[in-house]
Amino acid sequence: MIGETLVHVEDVSKRYGGNPAVRHVSFSVRQGEVLGFLGPNGAGKTTTMQMLTGNLAPSEGRITVAGHDLLEDPRAAKAAIGYLPEQPPVYRELAVDEYLDYCAALNGVARKARVAAREAAKGKCGLGDVGRRLIGNLSKGYQQRVGIAQAIIHLPPVIVLDEPTAGLDPNQIREIRHLISALRADHSIILSTHILSEVQSTCDRVQIINKGELILTDTIAGLTQRMQSSVLTLAFRRRPDTSALAAIAGVNSVEPEDDDRLRVYFDPASDPTEALVRLAVQQNLGLYELAPHRASLEDIFVKLTAHESAAETRSVAP
Amino acid sequence: MIFTIAHQELRRMFLSPLAWVILGVVQLILAFMFLSHLEYYQMIQSKLLAMQAEHGVTEVVVMPLLGNAGIVLLLVTPLISMRLITEERRNKTLALLLSAPVSMTEIVLGKYLGLLAFLGIIVLLILLMPLSLLAGGGLDWGLLASGTLGIVLLLAGFAATGLFMSTLTQHQTVAAVSTFGVLLLFWIFDWAGQGASGGVLAYLSLLNHYEPFLKGVFNTRDAVFHAVFIATFLVFSVRRLDMDRLGA
Repeated sequence: MIGETLVHVEDVSKRYGGNPAVRHVSFSVRQGEVLGFLGPNGAGKTTTMQMLTGNLAPSEGRITVAGHDLLEDPRAAKAAIGYLPEQPPVYRELAVDEYLDYCAALNGVARKARVAAREAAKGKCGLGDVGRRLIGNLSKGYQQRVGIAQAIIHLPPVIVLDEPTAGLDPNQIREIRHLISALRADHSIILSTHILSEVQSTCDRVQIINKGELILTDTIAGLTQRMQSSVLTLAFRRRPDTSALAAIAGVNSVEPEDDDRLRVYFDPASDPTEALVRLAVQQNLGLYELAPHRASLEDIFVKLTAHESAAETRSVAP
Repeated sequence: MIFTIAHQELRRMFLSPLAWVILGVVQLILAFMFLSHLEYYQMIQSKLLAMQAEHGVTEVVVMPLLGNAGIVLLLVTPLISMRLITEERRNKTLALLLSAPVSMTEIVLGKYLGLLAFLGIIVLLILLMPLSLLAGGGLDWGLLASGTLGIVLLLAGFAATGLFMSTLTQHQTVAAVSTFGVLLLFWIFDWAGQGASGGVLAYLSLLNHYEPFLKGVFNTRDAVFHAVFIATFLVFSVRRLDMDRLGA
């Protein structure tokens, strides 16, 4: 399923005035791959996406799309890419069909093929019955779908989606994720988001960007492993003796939380979950909640950046 | 591709009430002026006949009408041109054009031709008035053609200026006011009335390069002036949008 390299980004930097927004970013995307771009707001995700799609010229570095250099042969490179910016670029006063026909024409779809292209894109994005409605009157979720339809109408090998689920309600988010999963059959997808679970549910590979620099490139399995933390949250009907819990092999410390829950830190090498449950049953503590504490994006950032600064101090130290 | 963008631009103009209102108001005002000129012509017609003067209806009625149309459209063009790029920037729809396989020049020319088509419709509607005179007499076709060419070149210059101003800002009113300011300045550069023989300012005056057309004089110098005026602002527009992309 994974084939040739479609997008190749080589040591790309972008400065606004003197301020670097993106620093020496390199990565590549293969055919049929879904790459998640993860980072907090202002990390340089959108800038990177804009450079990939030719909306911004990089200050340094080289981008090739489907073998075409974005600066030397922009027409061919742009024809191979579909882009959904953070805010869908829709004309509110147009009907969905009119808008998509225009997008098809702009992207060089031959006149005869336009109706078929429009209907195919509408079918994929679930827009079948809103063709004649004005885009301005559609809900945010539908406008987002129109935006996606616009990006795939010329069947580009690569689709770039900038925060496709921002500002949608949970139902709409689920629908858009379904849609993205359906699109991965035919297109390579680059997706940016600041929501961790989104990357986990849709992507093959993830890159974390912070302050303009790539700080992690990993597969989803690798990321999940990194996220396994060594914290359990427990809640009991009857308050146990914390020293008894702390005595279990592998438990490093036990701390009470605000709402009567207990937080148990343990050594990842020896998972004490089973022992904790056994103890709870033996002592009849009424265990009603046991949850592994999921590392959030912030935790990963802290971990990664803390690791980095630790490495820096080590190298500086004599 | 240029025509795709131009066609879309024109269509979207007519989806807003502004375009219709402008067509209506311009036509109403110019019709009133046309009728006034016509009335004046009827008053002096007998005198002209008596003097055996060579002034015909085209010269006395139609050319002043085109002269006034130039001033009215100097006021009105900024109102149409102001939204060309500003609106796309504001609504973040510019990304659609920028990420499509279309060059910046094509985008600018497409937008420009769309606006030009709208102004063309206005010119056609204006020309219908003199043509209605055919019901009661003849027209001086040469003079009419020269005047028409003059106003088309003039409006093409207005449109290029408006397009450039709309690439500079995110605010439509700012674009409209600055377009109006620049156009008016170019209009009054030769306020002293030195004519074509004056200095640099007189040469830059749009009015000085419009009036000869209304007198039936086609001078390449005037046509070249308009062409350079238009090209300059179009090149500026392309450069300005490219600078956006460079993010400097």
